Amino acid sequence: MENITQAIQGVPLNHYILLCTIIFSIGVIGVLIRRNAIVIFMSVELMLNAVNLLLTAFSVQHNDPSGQVFVFFIMALAAAEVAVGLAIIVMIFRNTNSTDVNILNKLKW
Amino acid sequence: MNALITLSVLAILVLYLGLYKAKNALLPVTLLGLGAALVLSILEWNSGAAPIYSGMMLFDNFAVAFTSICIVSTMLILLISKDYFEHISEHVAEYYTIILFALIGILIMVSFHNLSMLFIGIEIMSVSLYILAGIRKHDFKSNEAALKYFLMGAFSTGFLLLGITFLYGASASFDLSTIKEYVISNPRGISPLFYSGVTLMIIGLSFKIGAAPFHFWTPDVYEGSPTLITAFMSTVVKTASFAAFLRLFMVCFAPLHDFWMPSLLVISVLTLFIGNVTALYQHSFKRMLAFSSISHAGYMLFAIVALGPLSGNSVFVYATAYSIASIIAFAVLILVKRQTGSDNFESFNGLARKNPFIAFTLTVTMLSLAGIPLTAGFIGKFMMFSTALSEYHIIMVILAAVNAVIGIFYYLKVIVAMYFKSAERNEVQSSPYFNFVLGFSALITIIIGVYPGFISNFF
Repeated sequence: MENITQAIQGVPLNHYILLCTIIFSIGVIGVLIRRNAIVIFMSVELMLNAVNLLLTAFSVQHNDPSGQVFVFFIMALAAAEVAVGLAIIVMIFRNTNSTDVNILNKLKW
Repeated sequence: MNALITLSVLAILVLYLGLYKAKNALLPVTLLGLGAALVLSILEWNSGAAPIYSGMMLFDNFAVAFTSICIVSTMLILLISKDYFEHISEHVAEYYTIILFALIGILIMVSFHNLSMLFIGIEIMSVSLYILAGIRKHDFKSNEAALKYFLMGAFSTGFLLLGITFLYGASASFDLSTIKEYVISNPRGISPLFYSGVTLMIIGLSFKIGAAPFHFWTPDVYEGSPTLITAFMSTVVKTASFAAFLRLFMVCFAPLHDFWMPSLLVISVLTLFIGNVTALYQHSFKRMLAFSSISHAGYMLFAIVALGPLSGNSVFVYATAYSIASIIAFAVLILVKRQTGSDNFESFNGLARKNPFIAFTLTVTMLSLAGIPLTAGFIGKFMMFSTALSEYHIIMVILAAVNAVIGIFYYLKVIVAMYFKSAERNEVQSSPYFNFVLGFSALITIIIGVYPGFISNFF
């Protein structure tokens, strides 16, 4: 256990930044190219989790707990968004029998 | 910060009133509570504000001013909600409660002193609005608006959060004054993380205020949502988002002006052109108002591009003028749509002959939105342009003046339809509540336009 902690602390901060940026970008690309509302929603969650990981890494690096407290706020927010977002998606599924965002084209000029 | 506590208690009280079927008490209680919150927040004017709640919030004059205008606009919108929600569903109390929850988020947004409060305020507001956009459960347009708003809102939250994280990574704090000190004390050695943080914050906040090129969700969401909610989104929410945007940039990023100014300048000019030119081609009054709200976001961005001591005041005046005018426009739209069932320009034909009062107030509104002198909108535009000129953004002001001229075209379309096109129609049924809101807002618009002195040097 001791070895693992030391090994983790040996990872330089830049690697965390790089990893989180990559995960975040995967999330952004997912939102932009996927057409299923649920998958888009999952990609958003991926973005939020990349931020969580980065916040924790910064928090350890600065030796400041407020970053980790912020992570809890983000988790709470993500939970609230899941509640509201899934309700909206279910509402749409009941009306259209689909969760594809391409059918959302009633509002165009 | 008593206003915040009052509103939180009020929201829960209203929920209980709904539980005990006290339907007639809902509106009076909500309005009384909002009035109390308004008085409590005004009492804190000039009270020598210091950060409260362990440095989380700062209720200074800036926050008091924006809180007050947001509460007043909400009261006006709730006044026209009489008999509106009853058409949608049985459970009316929830709607009032959710609007109040959104208002709580707005209060937090305009008075934040810590980036976590900015995030929490924006999210309390947004999550409430996702629900409000979709309250017409069986109307497909409302569903679509809710889903689009939700996906885009959550997406932009991601950018905002990554921005906050980068700022934290560079400055080791979420506190605005610590970040400010960090920026001032290392003029040469600001880490690249900080710059990417600022850029991501600009992207995230531009999504929230609906500035181009991140505006694409705005027209769809504004058109699909119930009209009353659109009124709330395009007035109160927009004002609050601008207040938060301005507060962040005024306090923290002012020394980095040269870094972010060019990108905001491009965003602002793009927003103006896209908003105004697209609004010209609209057939629906509601969609036209959505595009006009995009273009007004462009004008309000001027104050942030030309950041100076006067910026807060000019955003305040502009937001007041714009909110009051938009509330009239949406109130008249609700009345007309209730009668004709359509929100096209044609449904306004011949309105002036049957309802001279309503037509007059809508005329005042359109003139104010177009920025014709002797209305509040002119004072707002005048202050924006003079702020921009004081920082020598001459080309930007010329482009904005071109846009103001384009704007006059589509605003006059409604006036022409009301006064010069005849159509067989009956009198639009109005209620005392509507007449009060219309008369009061028109009066304020004209008073600010004629005597701008009492509002134009607040801070």
